[in-house]
Amino acid sequence: MLAASVLIFTAVQVLPGNAASAVLGRNASPAAVRILSRQMGLDRPASTRYAHWLKGFVHGDLGDSAVAIAQGSNHAPIWHLISGPLKNSAILAAITALVMIPLSVALGTLAAVRAGRPTDHLISLGSLAAVSMPEFVVGSLLVAVFFVGLHLLPPVAIVPPGGDPLSHPKQLVLPVVTLLFASMAAGIRMVRAGTFEVLQTEYVQTARLNGLPERRVIMRYALRNALAPSVQVLAQNLQYLVGGVIVVEAVFAYPGIGSQLVNAVQIRDVTVVQSVAMLIAVVYVLINLVADFIVMLLVPKLREPA
Amino acid sequence: MTPEDGVAAIRVENLCLELTGGEPVIDDVSFEVAPGEILGIVGESGSGKTTVALALLGFTRPGVSITGGSIHVGGQTIVGQGAGTPRSLRGKVISYVPQDPGGALNPSLRVGDGILDVLRAHQARTVGEDSVRAALSRVELSHDFRRSYPHQLSGGQQQRVTIAMATVCEPPVAVLDEPTTGLDVLTQEKVLAELLRLRDEERMAMVYVSHDLAVVAKIADRILVMYAGRVLEDGPTDDVIELPRHPYTKALVSAIPDFHNPRALHGITGVAVGVGEWPTGCAFAPRCEHRLNRCEEAVPELLVTAPQHRARCWRWQELTTNGHPAAVVRPSETTVPPMPLLEVSGLEARYRSGRTDRPAVQRVSFAVEQGRCVALVGESGSGKSTIGRCIAGLHVPTAGRILFEGDELAGHARSRPLQIRRRIQIVFQNPFESLNPRHRVGSSIERPLRVLRRLPRSAAEQEVGQLLERVRLPKRLEERFPVELSGGERQRVAIARALAARPDLLICDEVTSALDVSVQAAVLELLQELRRELGLSMLFITHNLGVVACIADSVLVMDRGSICETGPVGTVLSAPSHDYTRRLLEAAPCLRESAVGVGAP
Amino acid sequence: MSGRLRFLRTPSGAVGFGILVLVLLVAVLGPYVAPHSATAPIGAPPFTGPSTSAPLGTDFLGRDVLSRLLSGGRSVIGLAAAATGLAYLMGLAIGLAAGYSRSIVDPLLMRTVDVMLAFPPLLFLLVLIAGAGSSVGVLVLGVAVIQAPGISRIVRTATLEVSERGYVEAAVARGERAVAVITREVLPNISAPVLVDAGLRFTFSILIIASVNFLGLGLQPPSSDWARMIGENRAYISLNILAVIAPAAMIAILTIGVNLVGDAIARSLGRSYVPRGIRSPAA
Repeated sequence: MLAASVLIFTAVQVLPGNAASAVLGRNASPAAVRILSRQMGLDRPASTRYAHWLKGFVHGDLGDSAVAIAQGSNHAPIWHLISGPLKNSAILAAITALVMIPLSVALGTLAAVRAGRPTDHLISLGSLAAVSMPEFVVGSLLVAVFFVGLHLLPPVAIVPPGGDPLSHPKQLVLPVVTLLFASMAAGIRMVRAGTFEVLQTEYVQTARLNGLPERRVIMRYALRNALAPSVQVLAQNLQYLVGGVIVVEAVFAYPGIGSQLVNAVQIRDVTVVQSVAMLIAVVYVLINLVADFIVMLLVPKLREPA
Repeated sequence: MTPEDGVAAIRVENLCLELTGGEPVIDDVSFEVAPGEILGIVGESGSGKTTVALALLGFTRPGVSITGGSIHVGGQTIVGQGAGTPRSLRGKVISYVPQDPGGALNPSLRVGDGILDVLRAHQARTVGEDSVRAALSRVELSHDFRRSYPHQLSGGQQQRVTIAMATVCEPPVAVLDEPTTGLDVLTQEKVLAELLRLRDEERMAMVYVSHDLAVVAKIADRILVMYAGRVLEDGPTDDVIELPRHPYTKALVSAIPDFHNPRALHGITGVAVGVGEWPTGCAFAPRCEHRLNRCEEAVPELLVTAPQHRARCWRWQELTTNGHPAAVVRPSETTVPPMPLLEVSGLEARYRSGRTDRPAVQRVSFAVEQGRCVALVGESGSGKSTIGRCIAGLHVPTAGRILFEGDELAGHARSRPLQIRRRIQIVFQNPFESLNPRHRVGSSIERPLRVLRRLPRSAAEQEVGQLLERVRLPKRLEERFPVELSGGERQRVAIARALAARPDLLICDEVTSALDVSVQAAVLELLQELRRELGLSMLFITHNLGVVACIADSVLVMDRGSICETGPVGTVLSAPSHDYTRRLLEAAPCLRESAVGVGAP
Repeated sequence: MSGRLRFLRTPSGAVGFGILVLVLLVAVLGPYVAPHSATAPIGAPPFTGPSTSAPLGTDFLGRDVLSRLLSGGRSVIGLAAAATGLAYLMGLAIGLAAGYSRSIVDPLLMRTVDVMLAFPPLLFLLVLIAGAGSSVGVLVLGVAVIQAPGISRIVRTATLEVSERGYVEAAVARGERAVAVITREVLPNISAPVLVDAGLRFTFSILIIASVNFLGLGLQPPSSDWARMIGENRAYISLNILAVIAPAAMIAILTIGVNLVGDAIARSLGRSYVPRGIRSPAA
């Protein structure tokens, strides 16, 4: 985590030289750059700035927006800028996750149990196609069909500042479906691979040779052991969702954290990019930790010290 | 053929299996097993023994199907007219003990729950704890084991648990598929004793499948020899071992190294035929030194050769002779010991892998004299391979010295002079991993010629052919890739690669343990010849005492990193002085147990 | 060996291969057969529907969609190929060093790789662009850096496994130099596991580069990249739907084709790994 923070800080602030000139653009006068540099504290050494930023971050103080400062405002806390979008993004991701997790486990398992049969081919090929397409392609195609073609669903998901995205559930359908497409496809393929592998193990064969009913063999011997790798897969999927949200929000003009980030990158507001990136990375790592913990609960061997 | 007490526990009649494409896998196999009898099915890889074992439970691997014949178990039909659903009979009427107990137990299920699952698949939901207790105590595990997970058990305990699962419903018949192959000899001994007790106390009938004739000879009442999907011979154990009727059985018996009365080994030439390559006549004919034209024209019938004894050979009568091959001729041990070529003193080494870091070799000292073969014997994890790797410069010892002709060797091969690297060569255990699959055989052998002997390309290419001849392989193999070679052929190529350097010391690290016995015998024969012809000194690392008896002059017995006994082979094997050696010798399966008494008190 | 093109015998492999060849042909030859300039308006108003001179209509600046489509494939395919190639170079170097040396280098490299893997790839690229600005170099390097850790991890595992084989040990015992051992004995034998997912990695490079282009943070106007075209015309989808659908379809076809081929190759390799029960014909 600490390493990730160093990475972000380095990429944004140290690599390109002076962040102030990045904010102001190529044509800025040296004087303006100098003034902003002082305002941003860029005259201090990088390590001090890093320590200051990290300390603030840990205490929930994300600092001020560099661009807003450059434009003359004295106080532009990043937190105010991103708290609303953060909530919106969380809602979008949560709905998607709620649909994705059970569906990808169910379909992946089904494909593995029916390996080599038409059901499997259908699910496998379908998911391969879905996983191949970028979110913005899926999103655009969905809009083409459901908005331009059928006039069924709105092409954008606009939420007024401070508004509740859930008040217009129809708006959320296409973004959620788009996110589902890619994340679920990857999940299905990985769950299938994991379950298929377990079905080939000797303990599954032995259970069959001991005369256990097939249902029990699948539930208690195959699925139970395929669950641990599946949890890791699903964690990866959730992480993937975090990345996918960025693009999907842009496609549907949804005011989430991703749009905020893209915006900030566009205007090169380095402090905002830095903090949003750090927030997303924290979520990423948290998902990993939770997944590792669940896997540890599921696999008896991991529960004890080696 | 009919057992005296009438009802057979298993009756298999004319069983046939085929691949989906129609190629026969199993052809016309029939046999019976009486209650309280153990039938050993023996065969080398690809003989179809496991396919038959699984078919007994009405189970086939994907792509294989039962196309004819019938199987009756305990009065129930498993295969054939009026067969019920095999599922309800599995575990209840006939049960299965798998080869690899570690892989066969559900890692996320407590042992007791696994046993309970089998019970509940066949009986009322109410039964439980008492039966689990009984099943565990049957294999001499305490009731506390029910709460353990498989990974907390040793290999031997895991195999007991699978046996407990196979016996919890008290089926009259059990099928055991290589149940001790992955275990070390001492554990194997205990599991075999357990099985014999089950046979005697519970009158259980068993089918014991194995590639290891010595183990089968130890446990089975009758032996059935399979080759290329057919029964070649079956009969009472002693009869089959002492007076084999079929040339294949005979060859198999004389290929097994025997440490009680070591004999010169004879390998079987050639390779077993695979599925889909069966010849029209006797499948063994291409490798048989007694074949006639007749043998290649038609498959011989299974002829009754004696009461309870059948063999599938036209010539069994003329070929059956009672006589054993000549004993091994050892160089006399009284001559003045020659110069030591290699001296190891106070060697210590650690084993590091991931987070484990433990001592592997502790204060080991020994010498290999010019022209002698020293065997290093021990079970897996005893540190014997590490010693070989230290001498070859692949593992750096933490203490001690290795002297070659009196000069101390550096730890890393790279830091040793070229001549030393040339004169010490090593051959590895797994023939499937010892040759680079992306290089042709010729180029693999050529490399040491170029690197270690600095031969120009043309001279090197010429010598490759000679080296292949030296290890009894045709020169045309030069152009082949390792995939196209059998295990035995690959191991010969690996030996040729080592010989290319014209070494003085050859380290053989378990070179035969991955090979079928008939191939093993042929490779050992080759090594003996090479020793004689080239005056090679050898350090022979193995876990197999029979192999030691056949090839070595002196032996070092290793236990947990140290040498516990050392001496001439004859002395150590017939009169061991150390307790560990004694236990090892008692546990090691051997043909003709009765022929010579074990030298233990 | 004859098995190398075996994947073509499966229907999905053959279809995927056909698609791939087609898309590559369009991308390579497209600019030469395009009826109009890809970057200048053709004189028609924006968002006209299909006509004889502009079969796919015009875009938001009145440029010919077909011409832009024909010349918009090169950038994404070229950039993705360059990034994937660079990623494999970096991944091989790191993985081989870590797997073969087994010294201090290994844990150090692998911890770094862990950190990299615990980071959302798109986010990484965006952060990099925020810091270093957007250019072809940053895109290629950024995507390569994102992919390299995963590759190096696979290379390392494969190298560790192969290093314990007899033929590698025999070479070490002969005292051959590390470079010789790696190139002669290790590299040829790790290529299969390392390259099995090359298709997925190439697709991933396409996806992420296209996403950045779509967001308008990658290639800058007036470049005629497929992803850019979607991004530019996306807001006016109801005016000329073809200006969005056509490039979207091209990207989808390209990535699906790559993955079909990759999947078929992996399957054909996987099958030849398990010669179960049946022996290879012996001499």
